Amino acid sequence: MSPASPYGPKADPGPPGFGAKLLGFCEELRGEGVAVGTSEILDAFAALEHVPWTNQADFREALAATIAKSQDDRRVFELIFERYFFRAAEASAIEQGLGERPGDGEINQGAQPAGDGERLDSEQLAELIRDAMQRGDENALRDLARLAIAAFGREEGSGVVGVDVQRIRRSLGLSAGSQPPTADGEERPPLDRDQLTAFERHLRRELERDLIERTETLPASRPLAELDRALPTSPTQDLAAVHRAVSQMKRRLATLGQEQRGRKKGQTVDVRRTMRASLETGGVPMHLRYRPRRPRRPEIYVLCDVSTSVTSASVFFLSVLHALHDSFRKLRSFVFIERISEVTDVFEQERNFAAIARKISSEGGVADVSGYTDYGRVWLEFLTEISEDLDPRSTVIVLGDARTNGREPHADVFARISERAGRLFWLNPEPKLYWNYGDSVMSSYERFCDGTFECWTTRHLENFVDVVAGGTPRSG
Amino acid sequence: MADESVEAVKRALAEVGYLADEPAALVSFLAQRLGKPILVEGPAGVGKTELAKALSRSTGRPLVRLQCYEGLDEAKAMYEWNYRKQLLRIQAGGDAGWEDVQEDIFGAEFLLTRPLMQAIASEEPVVLLIDEIDKTDQEFEAMLLELLSDFQITIPELGQISATTMPIVILTSNDSRELTEALKRRCLYLWLDYPGVEREIEIVLLHAPEMPRELARRLVEVVGMVRDLDLKKPPSIAESIDWARTLLLMGVDDIDRETFANSMSIIVKHRTDIDLVAERVGMKLPDRAA
Repeated sequence: MSPASPYGPKADPGPPGFGAKLLGFCEELRGEGVAVGTSEILDAFAALEHVPWTNQADFREALAATIAKSQDDRRVFELIFERYFFRAAEASAIEQGLGERPGDGEINQGAQPAGDGERLDSEQLAELIRDAMQRGDENALRDLARLAIAAFGREEGSGVVGVDVQRIRRSLGLSAGSQPPTADGEERPPLDRDQLTAFERHLRRELERDLIERTETLPASRPLAELDRALPTSPTQDLAAVHRAVSQMKRRLATLGQEQRGRKKGQTVDVRRTMRASLETGGVPMHLRYRPRRPRRPEIYVLCDVSTSVTSASVFFLSVLHALHDSFRKLRSFVFIERISEVTDVFEQERNFAAIARKISSEGGVADVSGYTDYGRVWLEFLTEISEDLDPRSTVIVLGDARTNGREPHADVFARISERAGRLFWLNPEPKLYWNYGDSVMSSYERFCDGTFECWTTRHLENFVDVVAGGTPRSG
Repeated sequence: MADESVEAVKRALAEVGYLADEPAALVSFLAQRLGKPILVEGPAGVGKTELAKALSRSTGRPLVRLQCYEGLDEAKAMYEWNYRKQLLRIQAGGDAGWEDVQEDIFGAEFLLTRPLMQAIASEEPVVLLIDEIDKTDQEFEAMLLELLSDFQITIPELGQISATTMPIVILTSNDSRELTEALKRRCLYLWLDYPGVEREIEIVLLHAPEMPRELARRLVEVVGMVRDLDLKKPPSIAESIDWARTLLLMGVDDIDRETFANSMSIIVKHRTDIDLVAERVGMKLPDRAA
């Protein structure tokens, strides 16, 4: 749990009871970066009044519907839910010195022949499990999982939960695919993988429970961030910050262009509003009303270098692109190494950042023969591909290090792009100090840019937004 | 009206031809109980809009639908003054005093109601569907906030108009952009995904009852295979149903390679997708038995 929670210090848990448990749960979620507001907690409590708590699925769904408001949140929610409620119950059992004695728990499975304390034979058990899997009866599955552990687990347990799960499954002869007929000789529909996984999940949980009971300690709770969440490591943590900066940028790019380019003379009379206003003067249109001048949508072209020389930065750049796509509808993005390739579609189809990154690297189609950037060629291709679409309304943003690997920089072509486009910005992932050293030809491009910025953190990105908004670009 | 339990909601939905899974039924139930809007997200074609329609049918409430698009504004979504009628009133009024006219022309009579207003002002309870909210811009979302949290609309000339009956509000989103926190905060969240094999079989059979179960299973499995490919537009549930009906019309009893090739265009609707599917899925199917 992060000490600097945006919601202030941890609330006093108050008297014991379920309310406190739920608050603690929300606190855990906040610790993992899910924004749980007070209104959401109130909703959760309100929802629980209408749901039978005894049904675990309902309980969980009711909480999820009120607390986890996106797919990402939901994933975190699932993990924390397991950890929190499951462990909370176990922890209090340990505290109170409760233990489960065999034969204790009532087995609430309909025709359950285990009542006489005799051990089920594995055939019968497997049979029951198959039935339960087909019905998808979670409660029965849970009980059967405990039974299976009792039958196979305790004595010869390896101590590693994952291994034991598979061992028990094998000894029961359960597998996906077609199933043997029932005892009565009836045909059975094949089981699919999901049904089997459901049972394995129960097994795993019951085994863990068992382990906790035996050792009387809880497994350490690892922070999720290490565990399951951040797939492409560093940039996702910045993702939210990038998104914030970009949405700021959106507003500013949208409104900025107008002032700079002066007002048009002509205005359109808004008939509807003029008539509406004329009602105040008895239907005589005394005051003309004009159509509000809507800021024109900026058209943005982003070119992003994904070559090896900027490997570390390109993930960051991709996340910038990702955020841009969320904010701008008229955005076309290109990635380039030696040649250029449009990836607008990829961003429009995929929302998940990890999937985007994977897709671009696998099928971005950046004909990457040598792996070396060829800026000159990129400009030529960019210009031929979209020269008709470039107009003074468009903003071109280049994300790259301007390292041409000794190839012709074609600054003249770049100048043509700059002429056509309304504005042109360059974000360079290298510190200014390194510009123009080695094969960096930043200076020959810099002249044609409305602004060049070093940019390798979100703070730089914000700075870029500020400067762009301040309306003081360095003129070339 | 308001159903007593999650099970009852689920049954009611099934009766009108919508097989809801547990979360969907639960959230629908909670929405009626708590009087909160539902935000439904999920890929295209999993029955988000259908859920709203089914709720409308199962509760017997009329459905008021607002289809969102880029550039939708409040004049088209909420209300607008009918200025033509106002002008007529002024002219027809002739000698009537200024005060009278002014009082008059800003009355409910001169208001053109749009879907959101209709839902609020309706005498009987309705189901309000705000479809594809992600197509609008954030400004529009902000405008919805008053409606979603308090079920009221403020018109400067008239004051607040509050809902007399509690509408069930459903917002759908294809997840094409992140919605604002403020909007999400006011809603219950429901993620709908493609149904599992068993449930989709049930759905197909519900809509194409003459189909043999084995064929339905086969069909759903093939559709599942197609969905697993990386397509521009994966087949939706509605398309599975269409395909089932087509197969019935064609009178086939198994999906072999030829049948698939002939009827594939019902579930795959992109040139590039068709090639991919023909190659990856079509080849796996058995040849026609001689």
